[in-house]
Amino acid sequence: MIEVVVNGERRTVPVDATLLDLLGSLQLDPRVVVVEHNRQIVRRPELERARLAPGDAVELVHFVGGG
Amino acid sequence: MTVTADLARDVPFTIGGHTFQSRLFVGTGKYRSNEDMVRAIEASGAAVVTVAVRRVPLDRSRDDGILHHLDPKRFFLLANTAGCYTADDAIRYARLAREAGFNDFVKLEVIGDQETLLPDVAGLLEATRVLVREGFKVLAYTNEDLVTALRLEAAGAAAVMPLASPIGSGLGLLNPFSVRTIKHRLTVPVVVDAGVGTASDACLTMEQGVDGILMNTALAAARDPVAMAHAMRLAVEAGRAAFLAGRMPRREVAVPSSPLEGMLD
Repeated sequence: MIEVVVNGERRTVPVDATLLDLLGSLQLDPRVVVVEHNRQIVRRPELERARLAPGDAVELVHFVGGG
Repeated sequence: MTVTADLARDVPFTIGGHTFQSRLFVGTGKYRSNEDMVRAIEASGAAVVTVAVRRVPLDRSRDDGILHHLDPKRFFLLANTAGCYTADDAIRYARLAREAGFNDFVKLEVIGDQETLLPDVAGLLEATRVLVREGFKVLAYTNEDLVTALRLEAAGAAAVMPLASPIGSGLGLLNPFSVRTIKHRLTVPVVVDAGVGTASDACLTMEQGVDGILMNTALAAARDPVAMAHAMRLAVEAGRAAFLAGRMPRREVAVPSSPLEGMLD
């Protein structure tokens, strides 16, 4: 297992896990989440190819109510 | 037969090549419930609704994703960069918002002061330039300063959004002269954003000739958000119609409305 930081929280994921795997483990629908990996936006088709490395920072965002 | 004013003579309301059916934009924050929010938005008749970009709660304890409640096919989702205090942060949020895949519009906020939430106009101009280069349609939330508004237009903003008064204050239109001047001088649409508290504020704002209004707290914090949304819809239409009609001149003396002739001896 390796440790990564997701939305500011430390999480462990299997070695070689992809961003799509991470979303799956969090039960998040990739169609309604935008993913930033080490400050780079990762488009949906790339999620299954982008692999996580120890210490990576991932941000998962969506739209909420706002003015 | 009912005679109605020909509001169809009004020019279509277009920003960045996109035509909108209502001059009232509404936010989606701070409602007491999602049901209140949806009903208020429907009552407002708004076509554009603003949303914010935030982290997904990983523990799934909250279901705060707005798309569970609002159909993106029915409403034009205008993402904001609320909460950003630097140009870099606002640019980052705008890029994330665009990646959600709905449109390339952004309501750009770069806040400069925590207490008043007044904009950092230097950061706003910088972020506007970068985002315009990247193809964004930037709707720039700014103060009611003409020179900043002119600079934003020159930087390529698709619309300029001067405040009526500070965000969430409900103080109404504090500076009609400045807002009118901005509208008079700019070519791009002017949509007043923030500070409207009740229907008369919205009506007075539209009477200045601006193209539209964006409001959130005035609806969300009303005792009855749905009824207030209805009132705001009417107020925006009334203010727009009055502006198009052209008000009578102000006079410092009374002028009788009834004939002076024909009075009895």
